[in-house]
Amino acid sequence: MSTPQEAITAPKVATSFWKDNLRDYGMLISLVAIVIFFQVATGGILLKPLNITNIVLQNSYIVVMALGMLLIIVTGHIDLSVGSVAGFIGGLAGLLMVRWGVDIWLSIIVCLVVGGLIGAIQGYFVAYFKIPSFIVTLAGMLVFRGFMIAILGSQAIGPFPPIFQKLSSGYVIELISSEGGLYLTSFILGLLLALALVWQNFRSRARRITHGVESEPMGFFIGKNIVVLAAIGYVAYLISSHRGMPNVLIIMAVLIVAYGFFTNRTIIGRQIYAVGGNARAAELSGIKATRLVFWTFVNMGVLAALGGLVVAARLNSATPKAGTGFELDVIAACFIGGASAYGGVGKVTGAVIGAFLMGVMNNGMSILGIGIDYQQVIKGLVLLGAVCVDVYNQRR
Amino acid sequence: MLDPVPLAEKPPILEMRGISKSFGAVKALSDVSFTVKEGEIHALVGENGAGKSTLMKVLSGVYPHGSYEGSILFDGDERHFRDINDSEKLGIIIIHQELALIPLMSIAENIFLAKGPSKFGVIDRDLRYKRTRELLAKVGLTEAPETLITNLGVGKQQLVEIAKALSKDVRLLILDEPTASLNETDSAALLELLKEFRRNGITSIMISHKLNEISEVADRITVLRDGRTVGTLDCHEGPVDEDEIVRRMVDRDLESRYPARTPKIGDVIFEVENWSVYHPQHSSRQMVKNVSMKVRAGEVVGISGLMGAGRTEFAMSVFGRTYGRDITGTVKIHGKEADTSDVHRAIKAGLAYVTEDRKHLGLILAEDIRKNISLAHLGGVSSSGVIDDIKEMKVAQEFRTRMRIRSHNVYQETGKLSGGNQQKVVLSKWLFTGPDILILDEPTRGIDVGAKYEIYSIINELADAGKAVIVISSEMPELIGTCDRIMVMHEGEFVGEVAGEEATQENIMRAIMRRKGR
Repeated sequence: MSTPQEAITAPKVATSFWKDNLRDYGMLISLVAIVIFFQVATGGILLKPLNITNIVLQNSYIVVMALGMLLIIVTGHIDLSVGSVAGFIGGLAGLLMVRWGVDIWLSIIVCLVVGGLIGAIQGYFVAYFKIPSFIVTLAGMLVFRGFMIAILGSQAIGPFPPIFQKLSSGYVIELISSEGGLYLTSFILGLLLALALVWQNFRSRARRITHGVESEPMGFFIGKNIVVLAAIGYVAYLISSHRGMPNVLIIMAVLIVAYGFFTNRTIIGRQIYAVGGNARAAELSGIKATRLVFWTFVNMGVLAALGGLVVAARLNSATPKAGTGFELDVIAACFIGGASAYGGVGKVTGAVIGAFLMGVMNNGMSILGIGIDYQQVIKGLVLLGAVCVDVYNQRR
Repeated sequence: MLDPVPLAEKPPILEMRGISKSFGAVKALSDVSFTVKEGEIHALVGENGAGKSTLMKVLSGVYPHGSYEGSILFDGDERHFRDINDSEKLGIIIIHQELALIPLMSIAENIFLAKGPSKFGVIDRDLRYKRTRELLAKVGLTEAPETLITNLGVGKQQLVEIAKALSKDVRLLILDEPTASLNETDSAALLELLKEFRRNGITSIMISHKLNEISEVADRITVLRDGRTVGTLDCHEGPVDEDEIVRRMVDRDLESRYPARTPKIGDVIFEVENWSVYHPQHSSRQMVKNVSMKVRAGEVVGISGLMGAGRTEFAMSVFGRTYGRDITGTVKIHGKEADTSDVHRAIKAGLAYVTEDRKHLGLILAEDIRKNISLAHLGGVSSSGVIDDIKEMKVAQEFRTRMRIRSHNVYQETGKLSGGNQQKVVLSKWLFTGPDILILDEPTRGIDVGAKYEIYSIINELADAGKAVIVISSEMPELIGTCDRIMVMHEGEFVGEVAGEEATQENIMRAIMRRKGR
């Protein structure tokens, strides 16, 4: 029986605003704090242009895969096979491009399609056969790791054609002659991105106000946008003063924006959250839960394949070790970013911040010379701590 | 069935004095007194929600001492049960309606689940089997102790439950609707068993809706209504008048708890013909048996029946086949055959089903009011697949005002709303799909009187707007107060139909009881 509790008194708008949004900004604040900490601890090495570029390159594939993993986790499932799938696809790419000399673009398409098929097979067992995703993807993890070693014959294949390498180690072509070591095209691209974001924020705020919808306080809004503008501008400046904007950063940015839009604004995105929030209620509202779960796995397969290609291009070889343990970083990124293991909750921005939080920690600790042993200990504790804080916040 | 010692002179084994129990503002029991004498079979009757199960949960310690008012005396001493183990130690054993056996374990394992013959913590299998055989013999079962529960029929499972109770040296056996899911032979066997227990000095409390069974075995009958004791009848003082029991069970004044409406009834817009549904797991069990119904525009039709009559199963199977298997029959909407083979199509055809279980099947509790309202009709707040958040918010605000949902805005989590407001959110969700036919399953379950009145007003508005409304409810006064016509369902069939103005609780109850007696 339910306990009737009528008449909820409306709290003051400002306090409720902070309370509601603390969770969203908490993660960002943690990231900033960690960046500042390592910047100081490493004596300024962390934010050196070269290092920033490195952090982006090192974490790009984690971010790409975390976008797919977020959707899976939101539906209440998990995918443990992404590392193996990424590695397998890397091996496949090596086979196609290096050994068989297949056209690069055709190879890339084949790799992405195979990734999608792998996702479809696993998704079929999870969605239609109702086998727990943990088990299906644990099996997938073993199967594709095995396949990869089989096709590579436990040796590395490489090097890849130069154009393919550009996927990870290439930079945006400079259209304007750079002065004073600054890659202007890249810098302008970064600034444009920041301005577009701020402009979008202003537009949606104006729209909300004309329709009389409650909005965040003006002061906060302006402050937030200044911070966004400054932060992106600064990172763009740093990156542009090294080698310019890496191609993979463009891919990543496009995917982040696309998935952010998809999850926030589209019907299908909304339905995915509904399935994760309460699958039975969603089904009784006419949502085809099974089909959606299936497609989130297909999507994950394609993104794992893309991640695998990025890694292969970066290492410039397909090695049997590639992709090992990726699944853990990817899943950790989602959970640190506030996704709920029970489904229904999680944001694209959260997963991206989570991925970079892990990335900055990896990088910072390596610079500080902390051994891989204690790095793992610390990362594990951060994951546990982040989720504890989240659970605590929800219980309040 | 008279014992040598007259019942009146026997000492009470159990006395419950002035028991009151509330859930929040809802009073489930108020000042209930209930006395059971040593060695009798005492029947406890009342409508769904009258408080029978709550009373038994108080007795068995499910609701611990301190969570209710009043006192419990067992063997003349006051008892403070902290949990179910405390009451079991004294031999008070309750067998619930939903059997608590573990399907993939054997009979012996189930009977000695918690404790049983063992040597130094190691199970003594031979001894277990021997004791199990003895216990099974007492309840008239000849199955081998290693038989898995899942291979037994419901009737035999019930007997295993009783054998399990006997293994704990039972003194007071409580059976919650023991024959509800049994066929006639199994029911008769069970009743015989109860009589035999009585001869062996075991006292029983039996909750049941089946008056013919009660009058056959019970020594005394206590009637509960709205959480109060209406009275106790002694079956040995004269013949049991079933009508008298029914009257006592349902008597209640209707006052002005239901808003008035002048029905404007139009053409038939919803027809179900020869609808049959089988149980999703037990494929031989037919849950809905070839039923047909028609509803007109502007008409409110009630479906009455006891729990397990097949009402929800009927509604959900019609609504996108969300229940059951091997579904056959046709649905016609506005005279044309409609495709309701999945929820999406059913919604498109103009059907809406408001679930009886809003927390698990109706709402996404972690999401806000706005997202819950738009969920079943996201197309209505979006263009080319992209949601217009302003439009969505406006729709939500409109419903919030219209349905008088009390919240500080539409961004409030539905999990934090009261039952009545949650129900209004679920209703809003379905109204937003623009249905012609609404099926409301227990629309006022667990909500307070004020919110109930508002829900009834909404039902009236919908009917006035020319919609066909079907209300499934276990509360008969509610059906009488809101419906133009009431159909009575029993064991998957419609067994009676009563026009609104002629409907009384007695003639509805009688339609059910008459059927049961057969």
